[in-house]
Amino acid sequence: MTSASATPGGGTPGGGTPGDGTRGDGTPGSGTTGGSGDATTDLLRQLAPRALGAIARRYRDFAGAEDAVQEALVAAAASWPTKGRPDDPLAWLVRVAGRRMSDQNRQDSARSRREDLAASWSLRPVDPAPGRDDSLILLFLCCHPSLTGASAIALTLRAVGGLTTREIAAAFLVPEATMAQRISRAKAKVKASGEPFQLPPPDEHQARLRSVLHVLYLVFNEGYATSNGADLARADLSGEAIRLTRGVRASLPEDPEVAGLLALMLLTDARRGARTTADGELVPLQEQDRTRWNQALIAEGISLLGHPLVGEYQVQAAIGAVHDQAERYGDTDWREIVALYDLLEAMTANPVVTLNAAVAAAMADGPAAGLARLEGLDQRLGDHHRLHAVRAHLLEMAGDRTKAMAEFRAAAGRTSNLREQRYLTTKAARLTDENS
Amino acid sequence: MRFMLLQNYGEVESHCRPMSEWAPEDITAHIEFQHALNRELVERGELVDAQGLSGPERAKFVVSGGVGAPVITDGPFPESKELLAGYRIVDVESAERAIEIAAQASAAPGPEGVPIRQPIEVREVMSAPDPEM
Repeated sequence: MTSASATPGGGTPGGGTPGDGTRGDGTPGSGTTGGSGDATTDLLRQLAPRALGAIARRYRDFAGAEDAVQEALVAAAASWPTKGRPDDPLAWLVRVAGRRMSDQNRQDSARSRREDLAASWSLRPVDPAPGRDDSLILLFLCCHPSLTGASAIALTLRAVGGLTTREIAAAFLVPEATMAQRISRAKAKVKASGEPFQLPPPDEHQARLRSVLHVLYLVFNEGYATSNGADLARADLSGEAIRLTRGVRASLPEDPEVAGLLALMLLTDARRGARTTADGELVPLQEQDRTRWNQALIAEGISLLGHPLVGEYQVQAAIGAVHDQAERYGDTDWREIVALYDLLEAMTANPVVTLNAAVAAAMADGPAAGLARLEGLDQRLGDHHRLHAVRAHLLEMAGDRTKAMAEFRAAAGRTSNLREQRYLTTKAARLTDENS
Repeated sequence: MRFMLLQNYGEVESHCRPMSEWAPEDITAHIEFQHALNRELVERGELVDAQGLSGPERAKFVVSGGVGAPVITDGPFPESKELLAGYRIVDVESAERAIEIAAQASAAPGPEGVPIRQPIEVREVMSAPDPEM
């Protein structure tokens, strides 16, 4: 109010300003879990999907159950560290959440709604066995095809990951009120889809699993592509994605793409320690200190790869494995990487894969081979910063500094990514220096 | 994707009068429109921040003076068209959605409720890098 009314005088109509103080009060930065409550937090994260599965199953209301379990988790986080943990923590959560559900249903019934539901749940016996597939069912619901990526990510982290809205808001650097609404709209959509609390039918299983894996991949990338300011919180997202993917693998041990995604995450995450400087600047692959790569993660990732490779995640993971197995950058088996990119290109027809294949080809057979693979990509990719960046690198390799410089500049102007822009601008500036 | 939607004190397409010459109820309606748009963006899970800035009268320009004291120029600035009046930061699924919001903001009502059609600058906020560049 004050901001808008404080623009009188010579102010044009532009004086009406957007700010009005309705901004959510979520304060990013405080959201990561840590400190003394860690043991409780870890336990709650594990129990969250099981409690939610039990409640959603009993009351046949995913959205309501999700709210109730979230409240129970908050209550547990507040009371357990001081008053002591109950003997059966899961039963405690289910009981508290169940009470909230009953209260809520009573209120709703009083407004003469949901009588049918009330009738159905009062007759239903409590399911004594916690569903083995509950976490998986929850993931299928949270990654419902009707949801956008951002909504599915938020809902997954809350309902399956057991993170609080505040933690998710902090990780994505948005106000808590905004994140709360994003989650609540996502739940409303899932509810509107009318999907029952059970695994999707067999004929839809693969397609739906793809959505789940894609969302987990996005969560991982959010964490891996650490952003300014909240690096720790975002790094946590990669760990969360790996934890959730391990959970999916426990439910579907035979699925090659689940194994492939887990392998891709592990083989990528293995390089985390060497990927950024102390100041948070990116370190390119060729300059990374490979002794800082996590060999245990690399070994585990490689053990998950199938023979032959089936599916995109498997192939991407295999590319990561080739890099991870090279002791020095110069030892990288680029021919193997070219072959894997060719396989991936055939599977996906994705122009970005073609772009990566061009880089690998240049490394294996020289810049001319890479540049040849860029032919025709302009039409498929458009005026994309990565196309300019790759062309710039290949031109530089080929010794054409003037063209390389122009391409680095073009790339820097088109990227939406601060670190990339800094890097590309520096590259262009160095070439300018050398040319003059 | 994050976008900053900026509005300046510049000329507007409808050539309407300065806000100081509007009827009080038109000013109220204009402000309520901004509030309602912000509420809608929160409800859609898209609003990151929205701020109005104090007027050109309170603006200062600061230039480093090298080793000496910085050079500070105080407002008011008669040529205030270039000055930022306020901004929104939204976190949306696509550039198209950011443009849709900007179009909505541009249609804020002026005198007699006529949309003022103020130009909104739409800029993508720099984001985290792709995992493997």
